[in-house]
Amino acid sequence: MNMNYTADELAFRDDVRTFLEEKLPADIAAKVKQGRRMSRADHERWQQILVKQGWYATHWPEEYGGVKWTAVQKHIWDEESCRYGAPRSIPFGVNMVAPVIIKFGSEEQKQHYLPRILSGEHWWCQGYSEPGSGSDLASLKTRAVRDGDHYIVNGQKTWTTLGQHANMIFCLVRTNTEVKAQEGISFLLIDMDTPGVTVRPIITLDGEHEVNEVFFDDVKVPVYNLVGEEDKGWTYAKYLLTYERTGLAGIGASKAALSHLKAIAGRQQKNGRPLIEDPTFAQRIAQVEIDLMAASISNLRIIASVEGGGVPGAESSMLKVRGTEIRQTITDLSRRALGPYAQPFVEEELDLAYEGEHLSDEDGAALSPQYFNMRKLSIFGGSNEIQKNIVTKMILGL
Amino acid sequence: MDFNLNEEQQMLQDTVARLVRGEYEFEKRLKFSESEQGYSEDFWKQLGELGLCAVPFPEELGGFGGSGVDVQSVMTELGRGLCLEPYMQTVVLAGGLISQAGSDNQKEDWLSRIATGELKIVVGLDEPQSHYNLNDVETRAEKSGDGYVLNGRKGVLIGGHAADLILVSARTGGDSRDDSGVSLFAVDPNAEGVERRVYPTMDGAKGCDVFLNNVQVGADALIGAEGQAGPVIQYQAGRAVAALCAEAVGAMEESIKLTLEYLKTRKQFGVPIGKFQVLQHRMVDMSSELEQARSMSILAASVANDDASDERDRILAAAKNVTGRAGQFIAEQAIQLHGGIGMTWEYSLAHYAKRLIMINHQFGDDDHHLERYAGLLEAS
Ligand SMILES: Cc1cc2nc3c(=O)[nH]c(=O)nc-3n(C[C@H](O)[C@H](O)[C@H](O)COP(=O)(O)OP(=O)(O)OC[C@H]3O[C@@H](n4cnc5c(N)ncnc54)[C@H](O)[C@@H]3O)c2cc1C
Repeated sequence: MNMNYTADELAFRDDVRTFLEEKLPADIAAKVKQGRRMSRADHERWQQILVKQGWYATHWPEEYGGVKWTAVQKHIWDEESCRYGAPRSIPFGVNMVAPVIIKFGSEEQKQHYLPRILSGEHWWCQGYSEPGSGSDLASLKTRAVRDGDHYIVNGQKTWTTLGQHANMIFCLVRTNTEVKAQEGISFLLIDMDTPGVTVRPIITLDGEHEVNEVFFDDVKVPVYNLVGEEDKGWTYAKYLLTYERTGLAGIGASKAALSHLKAIAGRQQKNGRPLIEDPTFAQRIAQVEIDLMAASISNLRIIASVEGGGVPGAESSMLKVRGTEIRQTITDLSRRALGPYAQPFVEEELDLAYEGEHLSDEDGAALSPQYFNMRKLSIFGGSNEIQKNIVTKMILGL
Repeated sequence: MDFNLNEEQQMLQDTVARLVRGEYEFEKRLKFSESEQGYSEDFWKQLGELGLCAVPFPEELGGFGGSGVDVQSVMTELGRGLCLEPYMQTVVLAGGLISQAGSDNQKEDWLSRIATGELKIVVGLDEPQSHYNLNDVETRAEKSGDGYVLNGRKGVLIGGHAADLILVSARTGGDSRDDSGVSLFAVDPNAEGVERRVYPTMDGAKGCDVFLNNVQVGADALIGAEGQAGPVIQYQAGRAVAALCAEAVGAMEESIKLTLEYLKTRKQFGVPIGKFQVLQHRMVDMSSELEQARSMSILAASVANDDASDERDRILAAAKNVTGRAGQFIAEQAIQLHGGIGMTWEYSLAHYAKRLIMINHQFGDDDHHLERYAGLLEAS
C-alpha cells in the first residue's frame, strides 16, 4: 500500500501548478471561485489557452491532438484546476461526442469534427433527454426517417445544457420502431443551423438560462452524419455515459467549494465572532469535511484500480451519489452562513463588472442561487435513484 | 382533546382559502412578483376589507380578538398560495409590537389603519452582523432635543420597499448583544437621512436594507419605554415564528400535493414513477415530516399569545426547528422527485421550494433554534 504520489506525479503536479499560475486569467478564476456568471467568451478564451498548451483533450489519443495522461494525472489536473479556479471544460464536445467519434466514427468524421472541436468552431450540446424520456432514455421518440442521402428528423429534445451557444448537437434518434426500444436507436450529429431546428430557453428556478428545448421539424440531416451503424446508437450512448460519469463526483470542485465556504464563514459574524468559530456551524463544516475526505480516498481507490487495468464499474455510481450529496451539503452551508442575507437576490452582483457595494458578503449574492442550482447534481447524469438502481443490480446482485 | 377548528375558525380559514384560490393562482402570482410593487395591492385591499388584517387585534381597536390559532389559519392559507403581501410583517409583527408596547395614541392611529388594510408597517430587526440574534443591535439612537437621532443599518426588511412606516430596533444604551438598552422606533421611510436599497428576494418577494444616516425622529416615534424593547421584541418574534411555521405548513402541503400528483402521472419505464418503492418511501418520509411540522405549528399557535415564559420560548424554538428541517427536506425531495421539471421557473413547485428554504432565513434557521432550545433545557 502506498498512497503517495510518485516523483513523476509530483513533478507533473508542479508543472500543472506553474501552468495555472502563469496562464489562468485572473478575471476568469475570480468568476469561478466566487460563483459569478461566466460568459461564452470566458469559456472560449480558456479553451484556447488549454489547446495551445496541448491540455484540452485529455481523453483523446495523441494522434488526434489529445494528451496521454494516466488516471492519476487526470486526477491531479482536476484537483489543481479546481483549486486555482479554472473553469471546467464544457464537456459535450471534447469529453462526450469526441470519444464516441474516435471510437466508432468514420475516418472522415474524425478528420472533419475533431479539429473543429479543438479550434472552438464547433460548440456541441447533448440531445438525449426528451419530455417523455428522462431516466428511461430508451423510450425516446424523436424520429429519423431515411430518405435517400438524408434522414428527416422530427421530434423534441429537452434540458439541453448551453444549447443556446451551440452550433452542433449530438442526438439519439429512433430509426426503427419495429424492434426492442434499445435496438432501434441511432447516434446522429446535427448541425443546428439546419432549417427546422428551433432552440427555446428554459429558465431554471435560480433565474438562469442554462438549459433549452430543441425542436426538430423536418430537419434534413445527411446520412454522412450518422455515427457508426444505424440502430446501434444505444451502444455508443452507453460508452459515452462512462465518460460522462467520470468526474460527476466532482471531488475537486467540492474541495474548492469547501475552502470557499470556510472563507465566507471566516468573514460572517455570529455573536460577535467569526461564524467559523461558532460551535454549531464549525461542527457542520467539520462533518462535511470529514465526509469529503472519505469520498476523496474512495475516488483515489477507483482511480488506482483503473490505473491497474480495472474498469470503473458501479463503484463510480456510488461515488456519484456521495459526491453530489457532499457538494449539495456544502452549498447548503454556504447559504446558511449568510443568515438573513441569504434572502436577497441581487443579480447585478453576479457580474464581475459590478462595482457597487455588495449587500452582504462580497461573494454572498451567488450563494442562494447556487444552492438551488446545485439541486441538479442529483438529477442529471443519471439521477441518484438511478445510480442506486445500478449499484443494486451490478454490485449487490439484487 | 380536540384538534379541530371551531366554527368561527373554520369560517375564517375557508374565507382566506377561497380568496387565495380565486385571486392567487400561480400565473398571477408570478406577475405580482415581477411587478414593481412585488405583490398585489388589490389582494391586500381585499384582506383589509374582509377584516383579515384585523384578526389578531383586540376588539376595542377594531379587531377580531383572534388567537394564535386564528392567525395560524390565515397564515397557512397564505402559505398555500405563496402570497407575497406583508401580512406577517405588518399584521402579526408590527401589529403585535404596537399592541404590546405602543401608547394609546399609537395604537389608535396605527392599529386601526392596519386593521383596514390602509397602512403597511414593516419591521427591521436584523443587521448585517446579527445572524438572527435580535439583541445584536448596533444601530444607535442618541437623544437629541425632544427626540432622537438614529444611525445604523437594518437588514432584509421583507416588504420594506413598499412600507408606509418602518419600525426599527436601535440601541439607546448598553453594548452590542446586551439584552437591555434596545429601543423601538417608528421611522418614516421618506424622512431625511433614510435610504432604502431595494431588491428582489430569492423566493419572489421584495425587500430592502434601510440605511439610517442621522435620521431625526420625535419623541413620539419611540414605541414603549426607552431601552426596554428587548423583551417585547423577543415576545413578538415568537408570534412571528408561530406565524411562519403556519405559513410553512401551507407551502409544504402544496408541495406534497404537487409531488404526489406528479408521481401518479409521470411515466418512466412504462409505469407511473410512483410505482418505484424508493419513491414511495420517500413520499412517506415527506408526509411524516409534514405531519410533525403540522403538529408543531398547532402547538406553536396555541402558545403564541401566552404570557412570556421559558416554556413558551422552548415550544416556539422547537416548532421553528422542526418546520425548518421539514421544510428543507420536503423542498429538496420535491424537486428531486420531479426530476428536471422541478428545477424550472415556470413550474410552481420550484417556488414553493424556494419559499420553504427562505422561511429558514427569517427569524432563525433550525440550527439557531436548536441552540435556543438547548439554552433553555430543563435540568430534569
Ligand atoms: C440542469 C440540467 C441539465 C441537463 N442537461 C442535459 C443535457 O445537456 N442533455 C440531456 O440530454 N439531458 C440533460 N439533462 C436531463 C437529465 O439527464 C434528466 O433530467 C434526467 O435524466 C432525469 O430525467 P427526468 O428529468 O425526465 O426525470 P424522470 O426520469 O421523470 O425522474 C423523476 C424522478 O423519478 C425517479 N426515477 C425515475 N425512474 C426511476 C426508477 N426506475 N427507480 C427509482 N426512481 C426512479 C428519478 O430519480 C427522479 O427522482 C439535464 C437536466 C438538468 C436538470
